[in-house]
Amino acid sequence: MELDPELLSRVQFAFVVSFHILFPAFTIGLASFIAVLETLWGITRQDLYIELSEFWTKIFAVSFGMGVVSGIVMTYQFGTNWSRFTDAAAPIIGPLLGYEVLTAFFLEATFLGILLFGRGRVPARLHILASYMVAFGTLLSAFWILSANSWMQTPAGYELRGGVFHPSDWWAAVFNPSFPFRFVHMVFACYLSTAFAVVGASAWHLRRGSFPAHSRKAYAMGLGLIAVLAPLQLLVGDLHGLNTLEHQPAKVAAMEGHWETQQGAPLLLFGIPDQQAEKNRLQLAVPYLGSLILTHELQGEVRGLKDWPPEQRPPVAIVFYAFRIMVGLGLLMIFIGLAGLWLRWRGRLYDTPWFLRLCTWCVPIGFVALLAGWFVTEVGRQPWTVYGELHRSDSVSPSLAGGHVLTSLLIYIGVYTVIFGTGIYYLLRIGRQGPRVGALPAGKASARRPLSGADVALDEGDVP
Amino acid sequence: MNLDLPLIWALIILLAVFMYVLLDGFDLGVGILFPTARNDGERDLMMNSVAPIWDGNETWLVLGGGGLLAAFPLAYAIIMPALYFPVLLMLIALIFRGVAFEFRFKATPSHRRIWDLSFTFGSVVATFSQGLVLGGFLQGFEVDGRDFAGGPFDWLSLFSVFVGAGLVCGYALLGATWLIIKTEGELQERFYRLARPLLFVVLGFIVLVSAWTPLYYPFIAERWFSWPNLLYLSPVPILTAALAALLLRALARRREIQPFVLSLGLFLLGYLGLGISLWPYAAPPSVTIWDAASTPSSLSFMLVGVLILLPIILFYTGYSYFVFRGKVRSGEGYH
Repeated sequence: MELDPELLSRVQFAFVVSFHILFPAFTIGLASFIAVLETLWGITRQDLYIELSEFWTKIFAVSFGMGVVSGIVMTYQFGTNWSRFTDAAAPIIGPLLGYEVLTAFFLEATFLGILLFGRGRVPARLHILASYMVAFGTLLSAFWILSANSWMQTPAGYELRGGVFHPSDWWAAVFNPSFPFRFVHMVFACYLSTAFAVVGASAWHLRRGSFPAHSRKAYAMGLGLIAVLAPLQLLVGDLHGLNTLEHQPAKVAAMEGHWETQQGAPLLLFGIPDQQAEKNRLQLAVPYLGSLILTHELQGEVRGLKDWPPEQRPPVAIVFYAFRIMVGLGLLMIFIGLAGLWLRWRGRLYDTPWFLRLCTWCVPIGFVALLAGWFVTEVGRQPWTVYGELHRSDSVSPSLAGGHVLTSLLIYIGVYTVIFGTGIYYLLRIGRQGPRVGALPAGKASARRPLSGADVALDEGDVP
Repeated sequence: MNLDLPLIWALIILLAVFMYVLLDGFDLGVGILFPTARNDGERDLMMNSVAPIWDGNETWLVLGGGGLLAAFPLAYAIIMPALYFPVLLMLIALIFRGVAFEFRFKATPSHRRIWDLSFTFGSVVATFSQGLVLGGFLQGFEVDGRDFAGGPFDWLSLFSVFVGAGLVCGYALLGATWLIIKTEGELQERFYRLARPLLFVVLGFIVLVSAWTPLYYPFIAERWFSWPNLLYLSPVPILTAALAALLLRALARRREIQPFVLSLGLFLLGYLGLGISLWPYAAPPSVTIWDAASTPSSLSFMLVGVLILLPIILFYTGYSYFVFRGKVRSGEGYH
């Protein structure tokens, strides 16, 4: 069997980027959470905030480390596996990534050092400032990388000359048509994913009765954020979808599972798309609702996949299912947000067992929804690397043989399984161990902590 | 005004790569020297001497790589597929080494050994593969049109393996002199004693690589050995010898800061020497920086950012080094 370097390079990229994105998503959310906790400490001088901040900073540091090492892999893949894409698109993608390094990476890395090791070495205000710089860095990083990704989805501000994308309008390239929607959608997704992790960990401690004061605080903060952001995310997602309909209608057709162009299109709740037969099996649909959502008219026309030649259609089933997973989890998030509000109003927020259990189980839902969303948008834009302009087969490095890519892919799979499996295991252990309470001199930021303090408890295996 | 943007960008990327070699050089060196620690306490000290800053140091690698991608995409598109396996090896090694900083302090004592080894081997292999990359780069690339046209193991030669071994010793020297600054007592004394033989080995590698590269390309021999270049370039080897002598003296007199600064000086001269040999090629022996440059609009768009942001980055990086100045002592660190 002939190994296809293009397909294997795509699998490899999908694999490393899917692993990678979980950690930045978590650290984008956590950095802002930590900055809020540090600020609250600065205002109230209550130890509780600083202890919570240190607890989540430990988790942040492990996730950030994994995000950094898996992220360096990404840039180099552009060159090693996608050299033709690099040659063609680097005049635009390159500066966007360059600005990410210059504005975000140095800021995050340097101030993280001060955030982690600087308490007691720098004035308290500067330590709070460091937490802001880290949070600001993570958001700047998201800004540039989403601008680059969005440019590949909805390219703008360029002229194609001799197979190379020459920038003609930087403003149009950076703020390309899908960027604002994708940026807000992604930042909300990061905040929601983090909120569910914080709420879930706190709910777990509340059920066990460990660290009640700290857990209540983090739990209430997280649920408050979810109650606000989950419904807003639905709105932003809808706007993002309408933007996609305008610029990448084939992707929307795959998301909706529409094969035929029709007026008054239904909304498919479920179905089994069949790419060969060009239809769905076991379809469960609500009439007219598809047109209503997409065009805001009952009889609005919605384009079907048959409008495009088969080789320009994305793999429908992946996009179709991933979209339903994302939306389903989004609705569950809204339910949890509203249920949290209801319980808070009834004064039962902290002692409703079924809800605490539900929150514990929901730790991963933000991350699953986020990955599903990325599968929708990335698989849905196939077969293009730069949408409508550069085909993926014109992007791959011509010197690669399938066997080489298979080798590196297997190495990545092996290493990532071991390293990130261990990392997630440590994250869970730190989470179960909970914050260190009462170890800090009250109100003073001179906590030179003993190196082994936190680790001894871990080593003795006090966690189930 | 007519700026030679590719020239400016070549200098910026040379600066970024050099910053990387210096900064990550010494913290990789600490990893290479990790087995010299005799107990967990010493390992903690060694690791904590770089824990707050290694991440910022490694960011220069991202800037070097990202800058090359952005400013000289053609070079990036040729070099990266050609060095597919050394780059893969480096990335994997950096993963093992990077996570060790966090995992080591989170692990149970029995597992801590694993992350000690992961830190050591990650540092050695990452450095060695950077040497392979450098060796492969010096040997040059077979190019057809705008694509790399050679084989997947073109980089593998006695020369590139030799450069890899030389770089491991070089980073170990940087690491040892860094640890002289950061430690005291018996541990510090050990690095004083280690730095001396390391220096001789490194000098040996410098001499051999200097003799070997002109053999690869007549133009390099031409550049160094023709008159009057010989005269203009003679300060490079002379200064190298002078710095090495000063470094030996500083080590013998148990100076604390000087050995590190002088080792950095040695690296600077070696780097300058390679730069002189290979100028102006972005992917030797055929693609120059002007061939490989991105569009003028891309280069000037990014130049604005670099001119504003690089001084700010250098400022807060300097501040961070200032905050974490002085000896590392046990009981420090956030873990």
